[in-house]
Amino acid sequence: MTRLDRLTPALLTAPSALVYAAALLVPLAGVLALSLHGFDFEKGVLPGWGLANYQDLFTDPLFGEALARTFRIAGLTTLICLLVGVPEAWIIHRMDPRWRGPMLLVVVGPLLVSVVVRNFGWMVLLGTNGLVNQTLTALHLPGAPYRLMFTELAVVIGLVHVMVPLVVLSVWASLGRLDPVLERAATSLGAGRFTVFTRIVLPNVMPGVMAGALMVFCLSASAFATPAMLGGKRLKVVSSMTYNEFLNTLNWPLGAALATVLMAAILLATLLWTRLVEKRALRRLGEVAQGGPA
Amino acid sequence: MSGDSSSRNGPLALAFHALFIAFILAPLVVVIAVSFTGQGYLALPFDGLSLRWWRAIGDNPRFLESFWYSTRLGVTAATISALIAVPAALAIARWRFPGRGALVAILASPLMIPHVVLGVALLRFFSGFGLSGSFAGLVAAHVIVITPYMLRLVGAGLSGLDPRIERAAESLGADRFTVFRRVTLPLIAPGLAGGWILAFVTSFDELTVSLFLASPAANPLPVQLFNYIDQMTDPLVASVSAALILVTALVLLGLDRFYPIDRLLTGERRA
Repeated sequence: MTRLDRLTPALLTAPSALVYAAALLVPLAGVLALSLHGFDFEKGVLPGWGLANYQDLFTDPLFGEALARTFRIAGLTTLICLLVGVPEAWIIHRMDPRWRGPMLLVVVGPLLVSVVVRNFGWMVLLGTNGLVNQTLTALHLPGAPYRLMFTELAVVIGLVHVMVPLVVLSVWASLGRLDPVLERAATSLGAGRFTVFTRIVLPNVMPGVMAGALMVFCLSASAFATPAMLGGKRLKVVSSMTYNEFLNTLNWPLGAALATVLMAAILLATLLWTRLVEKRALRRLGEVAQGGPA
Repeated sequence: MSGDSSSRNGPLALAFHALFIAFILAPLVVVIAVSFTGQGYLALPFDGLSLRWWRAIGDNPRFLESFWYSTRLGVTAATISALIAVPAALAIARWRFPGRGALVAILASPLMIPHVVLGVALLRFFSGFGLSGSFAGLVAAHVIVITPYMLRLVGAGLSGLDPRIERAAESLGADRFTVFRRVTLPLIAPGLAGGWILAFVTSFDELTVSLFLASPAANPLPVQLFNYIDQMTDPLVASVSAALILVTALVLLGLDRFYPIDRLLTGERRA
């Protein structure tokens, strides 16, 4: 190998590495540093260092509430997305090839429409005089019309709408790698539709399910637009609190501490998920797929 | 495929599917429907179709200005992203070098970083250089957001490319750059084009990071729309949104002809 050959990968990766260092790594380090400074409404960012911002956050009941709400909403959204998205991917997979393409287009196409537009659609649907409430009233449901907008339910509905195509896609990609012979073999051995799904298909697409679940959880926990638009000003999550500190209250150090906590919480959740849940589930399902104890 | 495939989903599965599709389409259909109201407020159902609010788009130049601003932003960011992602993807696919694993992780990391955190970090960093609220600042931010997608599609294209073709060209006397220009680049062109389009659309739709960096002079369409809805919700929001949905649908249908959407979004290669 010549010297130039050894330098080639360095030269090829230099542009991206430089851009990432300048517009990602250094700014992120800056947030961490900023969160360690104090703040005064007259003097601005104070020079001293300390953990006072974090202390303030963790003794503030409003923050605790927002943190709990953030993860409650993200957990519920993930659960619903899995319960709905996994079967849907399976149903599309089993469709006539003529229908498969168009259906997939309808399901994942909305991913390319701005989140603002989709949330606005839910604002129209979920309002007190919206179509959902008109339908519920027409059905004479007790208590209708309900207050749907600016509730956690509205946020979860909006988030599921944004996220569920990601689960469908993730599982769909795994299903594409599934050998159809496996299913036919199971059927020929007398397995019913449900057994084929739980014993053959599900274990094989589990990596896709797990990856989809993690992605949805992280994106839901860090979502800003949907909680802001469908949850309103009072239903705060960590990301909207951060936005508030930066663009309304202008207490940047406290906002930076909020951002750091959000990021740390998501990293921690990711780590726990990959270490504990994903590995265990894959191992257990691997045994099932190999005919071991269910 | 066997002939029985059309009857493979039971009635229960098909009912579930119908409900799912209805859920997915409901907010989009409602936005399009309500944009044809003649009334001054948002309500469904309404009497009489009208193009009043579609005409109103033309009377509010701020939405059109933001539309063109977002287009310029998306084109610039996607192009810069392609310029940095192609060499990086090549290095990752063709060489083993120290720090390769870390580089792969860092290049994909914007997918896992909350956009609020990214926005906060860039607002603070750029305001030190007077870049916040500028086109350059938004471009830099969007390049970070979209490059992981670009890398995934270019990387998928490269992994499906037989390195022997490149070596054959080299053995015939082509130098490195000629091999890249005449052999590698044409072969990864579909992945690159798919990556560019996905990057453009992601940039065009990006809201959260842009919110932190926007200013009255640098106002992408999602930010414009978000701030407008924050102030009031009149049928003008519906007609602008409906226009966006229709444009996206057209792009999608055209795109699907030569690049299936599932491959675009997952980066999977399918036989």
